[in-house]
Amino acid sequence: MPRDDFVIRIGGDTAIGGVISTGENFTTAAAKLGFRTFTFRTYPAEIKGGHAWFQVRISNRPVFSLGDGCDILIVFDQEAYELHKGDLNSGGVLIYDSDLVSVEHDGHVEYGVPFQNIARQELDFVRGTNVLILGVMAGLFGLPVASLEEMVKTRYKRRAELVEKNLQALRHGFEYTKKIQKQDKYWLGTADHISRLVMTGNDAISAGALHGGCRYFAGYPITPASDILETMANQLPRFGGVCLQAEDEMAALASVIGASYAGTRAMTATSGPGFSLMTELMGLASMAEIPIVIVDSQRSGPSTGMPTKLEQSDLFHALYGGHGDFPRIVLAPASVQNCFRVTVLAFGLAERYQMPVIILSDQSLSHRTETIEKVDASGFPVMERMRPNGASSEDYLRFELTPDGISPMAVPGVDPQTYVAPGLEHDEHGLPRLSAQIHEKMTQKRFGKLDAVRKHIDTEEFAPSYGDADADLGIIGWGATQGSIREAVDRAREKGYKVAAMHPRCLNPLPEQRLRDFIASCKRILVPECNYQGQFAHHLTANLGLQPIKMNKIGGLPFTPGEIFAKIEEVLAHAYA
Amino acid sequence: MPTPDGAQAAQPVLTKEPQTTTLTIKDYKSGAKPVWCPGCGDFGVLSAAYKALAQLQLAKKDVVVVSGIGCSSRTPYFLSTYGFHSVHGRSLPVATGIKLSNPDLNVLVFGGDGDLMAIGAGHFPHAAARNVNLTCIMMDNQTYGLTKAQASPTSFIGHKSKTTPYGVISKPVKPVLVALTAGATFVARGYSAKPNELAATIVAGIEHNGFSFIHVQSPCAEFLNTYDYYDEHVGDLPEDWDRHDLGKAISLAATEEKVHLGVFYEEERPIYERTAREFESQRQEFVLEDYLKRFS
Repeated sequence: MPRDDFVIRIGGDTAIGGVISTGENFTTAAAKLGFRTFTFRTYPAEIKGGHAWFQVRISNRPVFSLGDGCDILIVFDQEAYELHKGDLNSGGVLIYDSDLVSVEHDGHVEYGVPFQNIARQELDFVRGTNVLILGVMAGLFGLPVASLEEMVKTRYKRRAELVEKNLQALRHGFEYTKKIQKQDKYWLGTADHISRLVMTGNDAISAGALHGGCRYFAGYPITPASDILETMANQLPRFGGVCLQAEDEMAALASVIGASYAGTRAMTATSGPGFSLMTELMGLASMAEIPIVIVDSQRSGPSTGMPTKLEQSDLFHALYGGHGDFPRIVLAPASVQNCFRVTVLAFGLAERYQMPVIILSDQSLSHRTETIEKVDASGFPVMERMRPNGASSEDYLRFELTPDGISPMAVPGVDPQTYVAPGLEHDEHGLPRLSAQIHEKMTQKRFGKLDAVRKHIDTEEFAPSYGDADADLGIIGWGATQGSIREAVDRAREKGYKVAAMHPRCLNPLPEQRLRDFIASCKRILVPECNYQGQFAHHLTANLGLQPIKMNKIGGLPFTPGEIFAKIEEVLAHAYA
Repeated sequence: MPTPDGAQAAQPVLTKEPQTTTLTIKDYKSGAKPVWCPGCGDFGVLSAAYKALAQLQLAKKDVVVVSGIGCSSRTPYFLSTYGFHSVHGRSLPVATGIKLSNPDLNVLVFGGDGDLMAIGAGHFPHAAARNVNLTCIMMDNQTYGLTKAQASPTSFIGHKSKTTPYGVISKPVKPVLVALTAGATFVARGYSAKPNELAATIVAGIEHNGFSFIHVQSPCAEFLNTYDYYDEHVGDLPEDWDRHDLGKAISLAATEEKVHLGVFYEEERPIYERTAREFESQRQEFVLEDYLKRFS
């Protein structure tokens, strides 16, 4: 029986070109035909040259993760073969350039094709090698060549002379497969032809920001967050907004704070190094109670670290970073789909509770594409900034002590009630007051808002769970690991294990009651996360007294479902022994 | 603008408050007492600012006074307008965000030599080059007053302070020269002991369309009393001074031995926040379904 849920990985040196674009073109064509896709890509940090690889899982059913290993490995060169051969699943297919790569013949299905030679000799177009490979892929795995012809035409629409040459290369590759005796079981067949959305995490965050009313964005280019800056630079002017490429991350966040103070919903996006620079200003926004949204697309750190590789290691910084005691909200979207919702909610939370909201994405989530059925834009509560409506200028208290700590915020140019936004400790008017009593009262006021947020987010939306009600093992994850955890849990339950999982979207404050109930319903708790220290596990210990089993992965690659499933079996082997 | 959750973002509508009465200097005072030491030059700058605002009759709700950290950065608390006392060095980016959010606000930035030429020096040339329409007033006392008498970027060579016990080694930064070369479209200098002249310069700076920079010699009476020096060294620009000649202005600012007061340079150039909003007339409502089509 043919398999129509499989993982293709393509690897090679970017100096040759086309590693990523070959994968992207194949993915887009498949998605247009109605297949579900889920990609993962990693670039070299070098500008030109260096090893890059692209992976896509294609399926006729919904997929939640990048899958385990790869079923089809396409290598442009020897280095790619050496790097990835160990990940090729048994029964897998190896496609390689037979002139450039020597392989070990270890039981996989092999299709050696002299790609570069064909492109040079038969097509006189060596730069078309990647398109030739695309044609071979289409022929071998059941993608109609017409769907790829469309991609080629769109891609080179501004360079007519290249369209014909590339189409020729594509068709040549496709025809070539008729000479190959197919020995594998991977075949896409037909899908439902429903065209779904294909978006990256950064696309979904940008769309969420625009939908959430963001009309000011400032940022400084940094991998893997630059796409958001680029999108906002392109889109905001169309909708009456402004985007500023700032001179550094401090300027970016400072101007976001200024724009929000002046009444515009505002956001910045960065990665770890930039987020570090923003820390002092984050404290200012919390002190002066100004709504702001910061996206941190995490990458491997510390310092410059591994800029193009993921890690979930900025959590401590998001939760606790900065001098002094100050509240902030920390959110973590769990999928591309969820990036949209979480970003819209971030703006509402920032406006209502007048404090910084940090969205923790990561390199894998920001850069991967997922097929999305439909963007869920329903059920957003109305959350706006409290304004001084009607208060006389004399009676107006910008930092009025109220039961929930939320006080009216006047907008310059609009409201007659003027005030000074202070970085200094201040009284209810906002004037500097450096006494112990006022500092205590105002700190309580600011943290009081966090109690209100806690009630707000202790919901299914912010902490969904699934699985067995009386689980032998409960998994608590956060951020982009959701899909792999979900598939591992499904696999474990199919095997008869009693497993459940919760995946909070709000990490500060924690959805405490839902977490406590979940923890109480499980015999033991596992916390998988992509960092060395077990930062979320530590946070759960600090807040809930929980002592979970930790599962940590670093190295720049996401968890696979298989890795988490293996851990579930390992933990439960003792329980069932 | 409507947001998806039904919230209405603040509408910066710029109807000027109907003013039946004339605003006086007193109306611009917040009532908070300045925290400066007796004799501080900053008193002169503050009084010039009050005068300028009263002369221009700017509605209090349409004025935002932004600062960073330092003695001079306390200024916003002493005005009855809107204000923002931000983080050390970050006044110009905060002010940029305010102007880009609402170009019709009158934004004044106050800061010292440390705030604008040391910790915030990375922002200064960019604000000037963008030509954001705001007025930046630098109160230069050539020392760190708030932290008590350390050397600053504008301290003279040889100046002995607690952090430079053997004398300052580096050349002092020349703020007027920096502003001119960075692309500021209005560059002037004033002296805190001449508040009337300074008030007139601030009025001209606010009325200027673009980034106006006013360098003010504002002595620190407590730690570096330079009144005698400046009384002796200040002088007007030549009577036939052509304020539209950038080359001459740069040459003078680089070589002057006198401390010239007045407007060194002025030019008209497109304003950042207006250019950035030039699509405003074609502005569309954001419709999610339409926006998402690009991903299908």
